Amino acid sequence: MRLTVNGTARTFDGDPAMPLLWFLRDELGLTGTKFSCGISACGACTVHVDGHAITSCVTPMSAVAGKSVTTIEGLSTAGDHRVQKAWADANVPQCGYCQSGQIMAAAALLKKKPKPTEADIDAAMSGVICRCGTYTRIREAIRAAAGMPATTGAR
Amino acid sequence: MTTPVQIERRAFLQRLAASGLVLVVGATGVRRLEALDAHLNPVAGDPFAPSVYLSIGEDGIVTVIVHRSEMGQGARTGLVMAMAEDLEADWSMVRAEQAIGDPKYGSQNTDGSTSIRDGSYLKFRQAGAAARVMLERAAAAEWGVPEKEVAGQNGRVAHARSGRSLAYGKLVARARLLPVPTNVPLKPESQFRFIGKQMPALDLKATITGAAMFGQDLAMPGMKIAVVLHPPVYGATVASFDATAALAVMGVERVLEIPSTPIPSGFMPLGGVAVVATSTWAAIEGRKKLVVRWNASPNDGYDSAAYRAELEASVRAAGNTVLDRGNVESALGAAAKTLQAEYYVPHLAQAPMEPPAALATVVGDRCEAWACTQDPQSARDTVGAMLKIAKERVTVHATMLGGGFGRKSKPDFIAEAAWLSQQVGAPVKVVWTREDDIQNGFPHSVSMQRLEAGLDAKGKIVAWRHRTASPPIGSTFEPGQDFESEGELVGGVLDLPYDIANVRAETCRAPAHARIGWYRSVTAIFHAFAINSFMDELAHAAGRDPLEFMLGALGSDRIIDMTTVGAAHPVDNYGATWEEHPHDIARYRRVLQAVAKASGWGRPLPKGEGRGVAVHKSFLTYVASVVHVKVGARGALSIPRVDIAMDCGYAVHPERVRSQCEGAVIMSLSNALVSELSYANGRTVQRSLNTYKVLRMNAAPKEIRVHLVHTGGPIGGVGEPGVPPVAPALANAIFAATGKRIRTLPVGNQLAGG
Repeated sequence: MRLTVNGTARTFDGDPAMPLLWFLRDELGLTGTKFSCGISACGACTVHVDGHAITSCVTPMSAVAGKSVTTIEGLSTAGDHRVQKAWADANVPQCGYCQSGQIMAAAALLKKKPKPTEADIDAAMSGVICRCGTYTRIREAIRAAAGMPATTGAR
Repeated sequence: MTTPVQIERRAFLQRLAASGLVLVVGATGVRRLEALDAHLNPVAGDPFAPSVYLSIGEDGIVTVIVHRSEMGQGARTGLVMAMAEDLEADWSMVRAEQAIGDPKYGSQNTDGSTSIRDGSYLKFRQAGAAARVMLERAAAAEWGVPEKEVAGQNGRVAHARSGRSLAYGKLVARARLLPVPTNVPLKPESQFRFIGKQMPALDLKATITGAAMFGQDLAMPGMKIAVVLHPPVYGATVASFDATAALAVMGVERVLEIPSTPIPSGFMPLGGVAVVATSTWAAIEGRKKLVVRWNASPNDGYDSAAYRAELEASVRAAGNTVLDRGNVESALGAAAKTLQAEYYVPHLAQAPMEPPAALATVVGDRCEAWACTQDPQSARDTVGAMLKIAKERVTVHATMLGGGFGRKSKPDFIAEAAWLSQQVGAPVKVVWTREDDIQNGFPHSVSMQRLEAGLDAKGKIVAWRHRTASPPIGSTFEPGQDFESEGELVGGVLDLPYDIANVRAETCRAPAHARIGWYRSVTAIFHAFAINSFMDELAHAAGRDPLEFMLGALGSDRIIDMTTVGAAHPVDNYGATWEEHPHDIARYRRVLQAVAKASGWGRPLPKGEGRGVAVHKSFLTYVASVVHVKVGARGALSIPRVDIAMDCGYAVHPERVRSQCEGAVIMSLSNALVSELSYANGRTVQRSLNTYKVLRMNAAPKEIRVHLVHTGGPIGGVGEPGVPPVAPALANAIFAATGKRIRTLPVGNQLAGG
């Protein structure tokens, strides 16, 4: 089967039931997409398939044949996507492990909803767990990336 | 001679260097890592390394060797700031390199909120100051001018009178020959350029581009990947197994039984059956096909509901008295009003977003391992014990950690990788899945606290009895450890701040049936929950505002002499002396007042909303929190705002201290609202992140405001002490909003019943 990953054509001839996550991590060495739960409960493995945010840990290779996959490595060439810039400005990451998934989920949200409501943010982001607890900064970074005013007070 | 293994290693190290794991530029850092490992002789052009924590190359690159692990708390950046400050470095030339595990660095256990406070901050500043003086002396000699006329400034030594200056890199060759000075004066705070300022976290770019390399991301040519079917019950061992179906999975190469360690098993692996494969997916699929029969364990009957009843019975009888002053019985008897309450907090799982993972390669009698470890030294010891080789034959590198929270202080998974590499003769990466992490980890201890107090006619507390029952962490290391240790009783029980004449604290029996381990802020989680909840109950019983009641109960601002509190044994102070870090009541008062003022404490709220307050000292740092909750129809709870005030003495990197406080709020609210690890038939009921609940965006507070109270005092911990007061502040807020008293965590659906 063929697919595109970060703009590059790729082929895969292994077990079609294997999740996309392991193709990205083990075969392409794209380790920015993280393994955390393997059951789509935490969102650390979020990537874009044809522009939609999906959890790659439960998406079989058979489901991405002919599709275009974007990972954190392909979101921008220099780490300068507006979501990444907002993340840097707000110093969002702590350990950073979930942040690829957070950023990919946020980028997909803003593509669909350029001015998201609080409920939109909750709906798009609640699937991605951050155990370090960066949620309030993520919310602010999304608002900043959307060009919306901050909601919270002094840090 | 260069062997193929060394070539592979070099390529691998270059990949690590490129990934941001070791933030070194060019070949220098790679060479350095190899030099450490392969014991290459120093060669001309070697860097200037006046301290084990510092080297400066002829290219002027300043490499700070950080010996503590980075797991999001900002230790790497904070320690580099400390070094750069007194070195007068040019920040753009400074890099961090992660140290291997080696006692020459002192303790590397990134645990107990110690990375800055335990003296590393001062050690790094002193190392930077000594190096700067050596560079200044080198420049003065070069120019033939008096040493006092030259000064290090932003990566160069300058001679003001002549206007000459030389970059540090140009002075390395001469400076290397000079003796390392001692007792160099440190800069005054007024001249700080880095410390106390907002600096970009060194790992920021790597974490937003996916380049950061964590333990799970490790790879090496020829590497096999293993997952392990661990014993479902602590203490169970493999009776027999059938690997036929697992071996039939494409990519599975070997199935091996890992030897178990008799319990209490300490840091050693639990044993089980490992599936070694050519890919992670094959290993995971292969494990699903294993058929294993387990021998019985003494913990087969562990059941959380039954155990709760056992703990209740335990705290309803007298325990071992660990603190006794005045006469609690007679004071309780004479009190105008008495109250008692019991508080339960279940087991918790650290559940760092990155499950544990380690890569090891054993060649001959040497082992090299890379892992997301909080302590590469204990990892080295444990790997040595597992392989039955001297620890000097083991090299352990710490990768970045995708969260740790105490779990990654325990190196069992690294020993698994090392043992498997030895068995299969190839590098092996052991991948713990989330199921392993939740079911087979080192859970935070379960606890029951019983508090009794007496109030006099004016509502003043005249008697206080605290009984605590919780399986101690020591039970994981030694048999017969059924009572909390003295060290586990600091953080509220032995250092209760309130001015009460008659106090007794007792530990009650609580045998362990799980592999108990550290979890961010440890026993302070349940001690703070019980003490602060009970203070709120007493305030309401006395008809007083809880904040006013707490401030009143603290008594006058004073330093408490910990030798006179009635403790049975000298009270531990997180490894510090009481002279250095006294028990200071004024600091409790200040954080309470700061958080009260900032949160608008006392301002009226609509019906169904409430604020709760709590204060707690742990890890030498004073923290108070106010939580504002809104409880709607059918108990739907939301949190508009949390305020948290921290006095850690001095904030070396205030921006990261704030982020730690924000994270502590979220983790504490997870503990309070949704997290619970329970057991039935010796096994965890929760299996992964679908059933082991943690806070998500939709339940997080809309706003967290952090207030740093600067006292310029001795530096306390930061990573953990934000956690303890938030959960009780939440429970107290729920009471204020609804009249419902929460004495069992998590809150779960306790509010749904109305």
